[in-house]
Amino acid sequence: MSLLSVRDLTVSFPTSDGVVRAVRGLSFDVEAGRTLGIVGETGSGKSVTALSLLGLNPGADISGSALFEGRDLIAMKPDEIRRIRGAEIAMIFQDPLSSLHPYYRVGWQITEAIRTHTRVSRAQAMRQAVELLRLVSIPQPERRVQAFPHELSGGMRQRAMIAMALALRPKLLIADEPTTALDATVQAQLMELLGGMQRELGMAMIVITHDLGLVATVADTVLVMYAGRGAESADYQTIFRSPHHPYTRGLLASIPGATGSGGRLVPIVGQPPSLIRIPSGCAFHPRCPFAMDACVREQPTPAPVRGGEGHWSACWLPPDAVGVGADADNARRRYVASRRGPAALRLRGVAAAAAGGILHA
Amino acid sequence: MPEPVLVELPPPGGKTPPARRPSAETLLRVEDVVKHFPIKRGILFKRQIGSVQAVEGVNLEVHRGETLGLVGETGCGKSTLARCITRLHPLTSGRVVFDGVDISRLSARQMRPYRRRLQMIFQDPYGSLNPRRRVGSIIGDPLAIHGVAESSERKRRVQELMETVGLNPEHYNRFPSEFSGGQRQRIGVARALALRPTLIVCDEPVSALDVSVQAQIINLLEDLQGEFGLTYVFIAHDLAVVEHVSDRVAVMYLGKVVELADTAELFGSPRHPYTAALLSASMVADPEKARSSHRVVLYGDVPSPINPPTGCRFHTRCPKAQSICSAEEPPLEMKPGDPPGHLTACHFPVQRGETLVGATPEFHQAAADFVATSQGTAAEGGG
Repeated sequence: MSLLSVRDLTVSFPTSDGVVRAVRGLSFDVEAGRTLGIVGETGSGKSVTALSLLGLNPGADISGSALFEGRDLIAMKPDEIRRIRGAEIAMIFQDPLSSLHPYYRVGWQITEAIRTHTRVSRAQAMRQAVELLRLVSIPQPERRVQAFPHELSGGMRQRAMIAMALALRPKLLIADEPTTALDATVQAQLMELLGGMQRELGMAMIVITHDLGLVATVADTVLVMYAGRGAESADYQTIFRSPHHPYTRGLLASIPGATGSGGRLVPIVGQPPSLIRIPSGCAFHPRCPFAMDACVREQPTPAPVRGGEGHWSACWLPPDAVGVGADADNARRRYVASRRGPAALRLRGVAAAAAGGILHA
Repeated sequence: MPEPVLVELPPPGGKTPPARRPSAETLLRVEDVVKHFPIKRGILFKRQIGSVQAVEGVNLEVHRGETLGLVGETGCGKSTLARCITRLHPLTSGRVVFDGVDISRLSARQMRPYRRRLQMIFQDPYGSLNPRRRVGSIIGDPLAIHGVAESSERKRRVQELMETVGLNPEHYNRFPSEFSGGQRQRIGVARALALRPTLIVCDEPVSALDVSVQAQIINLLEDLQGEFGLTYVFIAHDLAVVEHVSDRVAVMYLGKVVELADTAELFGSPRHPYTAALLSASMVADPEKARSSHRVVLYGDVPSPINPPTGCRFHTRCPKAQSICSAEEPPLEMKPGDPPGHLTACHFPVQRGETLVGATPEFHQAAADFVATSQGTAAEGGG
């Protein structure tokens, strides 16, 4: 059984502009001791997913289920989930400056987490806090435990937050853009630290990021999200070598240094959609170079593809249309040419204009 | 009915940008540029109690038509250097020679003709555009300020520029808030292009953008370079982006250039231990490369530029440091065996094929201790 099993998670926020449908029927599993990388752009719903699992989205309409060791996190009452949050599932956030309380010393904030969940004396908790800071390679932990967050550098703050998250040895750590605000060398330090902790503690991780490089480095399984839905999922090698979904393939072609890229970058045309007005059918169809009539009309459901075990994709292209090279694209193109109807053609006209740089609204 | 045009997907890695050959002619020369920011204390009588040594004696040459990448981590002085080049900061000492003329001491009026030829694109597409002004007047500002075009002519020129950067010219009267991040960055590019500059300093132009949009802006910058023969100084912390766009790359650490070389040479055989560590730390979106490469993990943080280390500024974190490194500052020079143009400031440069060892075994011991000690407390708690 998976450690965490999310099924058909749907999250929406009523706003004055309309309903923001941030997550629309998302399913995934996290195995004990493994790392799931969730990749997506701004507004793909990846952070909302994480917050919803921990009951940190007040005001949202949430449905679906998330079984953590058999207990449904979504159905839990606030005081039930509070017992799990921090102790069994911990989270680290992108911006350590805004997620540490500026008014309290770092040591106090760590001991608070420890004393909320375990019966230990203040002095004992403080000793643990010092040990934790030492563990995350903060120099002079006895002194830093008395520091305020603003007295620490960005990398040290993030490490303090990791220390806090690890304090109760959680079974699952959710890291939301853990290294985005940090420099490359600090990023490497932290990921090495997290990897080490994962091995020592047998902890599972969900790493949420827009950085495909980070995913290529740390993830066992990758889930690509677009406009609140899972677009594609596979093990880390398959997702980079034989992607099926045109969005995954487009991402790989648009970043320098990625698998199968080289020479000129091939950007994805247009912008990610608004989550209030999500395009019909497959939400990616207005930006997709392989859009067909079916894509405009009907939302594809995740289906297994011929990439590797556990590889699925939500796309109307045939299951064997995988890969990144020119051959793979030609195969996709041939299939699309045989299926493309009048609606998709009209759409292509718009995309052609956009690609030509005439129309960019 | 005419045959509708299908979007043809360019083959990945197929089309290359129009061939451009950077000349050997020097367009910009940065000579011993020093920039210190004073730290003052006192209310009535402010006295200087120290200074942030942001840029400390940088020498660089930028050739006409090339892209010089500038990399380094937060606080290494790369943005300060960029602002020194464009004269947004006065220099503490040193010279900036642009096209044969020392512009570092010119008055604002004398500087004007050079401002037209020296433009800048900023990182934050939200912060660098005035939210209360219309896009047409933002892009037209440089034209108005420099008296290049009358108002009717100006509108035509602005719309031309908008088209050049891939914006709809009909959106002339819209406000910045009506555009997405990528489109705003296009507005910034159009504004920088308005006066037909020779050199554009791009300070993290794609860092704030979504991955799928980043490539649009990178391609646009490349196309414009081919079309207008632009020279770029390109600052970014994303090494893959820098590798992609640059002809040559300079690596900065704590206000100094520690290594400078052709892009392929620098990424292929870095000689400075800091460059090697930085390159090994960057995460490439290719699982094979990302996991096979040996990662040199540096410990500790970048020291404070208020009180930088003596000698080589990197010696406090360098895996190869010896006693001479803290005593004597290594000059930026060509090392034996390197091709011309590859300069390194290091007493003990990394040899080709050498692997640096950065990780300390103490971490693994600390982790094991933690698991052992916390086993008890976690079990007895609960609730």
